[in-house]
Amino acid sequence: MIEINDLHKSYKMGSNVLHVLKGINFSVKEGELVAIMGSSGSGKSTLLNILGMLDTMDTGTYMLDGVPIKNLNETKAAQYRNKFLGFIFQSFNLINYKTALENVALPLYYQRMPRKERQDKAMKYLERVGLRDWAYHHPNELSGGQKQRVAIARAMAAEPKVLLADEPTGALDSKTSYEVMDLIQKINQEGNTILVVTHEPDIANMCKRIVHLKDGVIEKDELVNQVMAAEYV
Amino acid sequence: MFSRDLWKEIFETISKNKLRTFLSGFTVALGILIFVVLYGFGNGLKNTFNEFFMDDATNTFFVFAGRTSMPYKGFKSNRNIEFKNDDLDDIKKNFPMFLEYITPRISRSALVKYKGESNNYNTRAVGPAHQYNEKTIMMKGRYLNENDVLERTRYAVIGRLVEKDLFGTANAIGKYIDLGGRAFKVIGVFQDDGGDNEERYIYIPYTTRQLIEKNTDKVDQIILGFKQEIGYPGAMAFEKSLNKFLKEKHNISPEDQRAIFIRNVADQLKQNQQFAGVLQLIVLFVAFGTIIAGIIGISNIMVFIVKERTKEIGVRKALGATPRAVISMILLEAVFITTIAGYIGMVIGVVLLNSLGNTLKDYFITNPYININTAIVATFILIIAGAIAGYIPAKRAARIKPIVALRDE
Repeated sequence: MIEINDLHKSYKMGSNVLHVLKGINFSVKEGELVAIMGSSGSGKSTLLNILGMLDTMDTGTYMLDGVPIKNLNETKAAQYRNKFLGFIFQSFNLINYKTALENVALPLYYQRMPRKERQDKAMKYLERVGLRDWAYHHPNELSGGQKQRVAIARAMAAEPKVLLADEPTGALDSKTSYEVMDLIQKINQEGNTILVVTHEPDIANMCKRIVHLKDGVIEKDELVNQVMAAEYV
Repeated sequence: MFSRDLWKEIFETISKNKLRTFLSGFTVALGILIFVVLYGFGNGLKNTFNEFFMDDATNTFFVFAGRTSMPYKGFKSNRNIEFKNDDLDDIKKNFPMFLEYITPRISRSALVKYKGESNNYNTRAVGPAHQYNEKTIMMKGRYLNENDVLERTRYAVIGRLVEKDLFGTANAIGKYIDLGGRAFKVIGVFQDDGGDNEERYIYIPYTTRQLIEKNTDKVDQIILGFKQEIGYPGAMAFEKSLNKFLKEKHNISPEDQRAIFIRNVADQLKQNQQFAGVLQLIVLFVAFGTIIAGIIGISNIMVFIVKERTKEIGVRKALGATPRAVISMILLEAVFITTIAGYIGMVIGVVLLNSLGNTLKDYFITNPYININTAIVATFILIIAGAIAGYIPAKRAARIKPIVALRDE
């Protein structure tokens, strides 16, 4: 699903050049649930941004579902993001003046799906994250866990190839975190490919595979025994 | 660009961000409103101006005689020049192609009495053509005619306010008034748009006045109208040759600037019109400034809106919004608000101007109005400028990198 070869990325900080990613080789197969771990400054967020086409790489190759991701213009990148990727953010990033349903329907709007179809589909995904009754509420009426579940529904609504989660539990307490991880595990069990960036070991251990990043290189890439979040809920 | 979904999205954004919508709409509406009102006031000023200066006929020369300021042909300096009746005839004979009418005017103040009432009035001894020059409007009776001049009749045409002063509500026609000790029959009452003073004059035949003054044939001043067809350059040429003719006739040096004076209304009119034009230009300039201020206002609001929506735009881009989608969303919202608000401001402005009418006449603003096309064009300019002003921040918004937008503060 994801194939990365010899990926380099550096940032210019005034006269200094900060080499963040120093040759990453990494692949993800369909249906995997991968945690990317590392302390802050290890380059894990940069890697996720490049995977999410939110940022560009300096050198290397990146294949996503057999499509080379290279030299994309803004329009093309937007279309690929819409088609291939679903994002889950630490701070949820829901649009405040839209209801939960409208938020979930937004990526479908950018797919030019007709309104009725869009709403039905959005409602279906809201139901899957257990928020059917909250469809017409605005984000400020939802709890943190509910907001993240709306965000997950939104990420899934466009039926992307890969879900990218950037610290999905970073703003949640541990109980809610486990609920969210439980949801992510269930989605994974349905065959979806998911990448989770986290610095929390217990969250990482709920994935099937952990990639440890340190100072811009992969330090360790291991398969782990998945801890089921349902046990804690 | 005109898909129903996009508009639905825009309406949603507008209806859910009421304060923002109101503020930007308010700026635009105010800009157009001020433009319309200012422009209307400018027209009102011009109206007042026209009313002041356009009351009398404009194809008129007033010819005065004075004293010579230099010796000429054996005559000494400081000689008194006086017009006589034959001057009128000579002008008539020599300038038939320019001349439309000619009349003398002898102004005297006189005590006028009728029964118990009496008052001092200015009398003007004139010929029949004087009616054209002052644009005198007859309310009842008739004006002086050629026969009155020939017969030296003791007829008087009095102003509306003279009748009111002396006769009250009674009809003055056919009554005899005592004018400087002599009885004159009132044959007509007139009104004049030039104001109250103009309606306190009494007109009598100039020959009658000359008879009263020991059968003289002297004339104070000559008023003549030239044919409209000769236009402004023709009027200037006529003035020049008339001046030359009168100086030759009265043995005045061609260089003498004091002996004969011709007041050319056409020339003054041109200057007045230029002045009114400058006034209009100033008002236009101020109004234009208002529009510019409106444009700057919209630009500011657009920059602010984009700033405020940076995160939202980042989210939308992460979810697959293309730069085009972002630009059209922001731009259409701006154009939509500007159009509606601009239209509202324009309508309020036009209604305001219409309702003002003549209430501001004391401030020299008469019947302010704005040509509806001007108002529409101004609104369009503001809308287009608003779109351009909105395009720049919208374009910048479309280039926002989602990671930058989504970075937690």
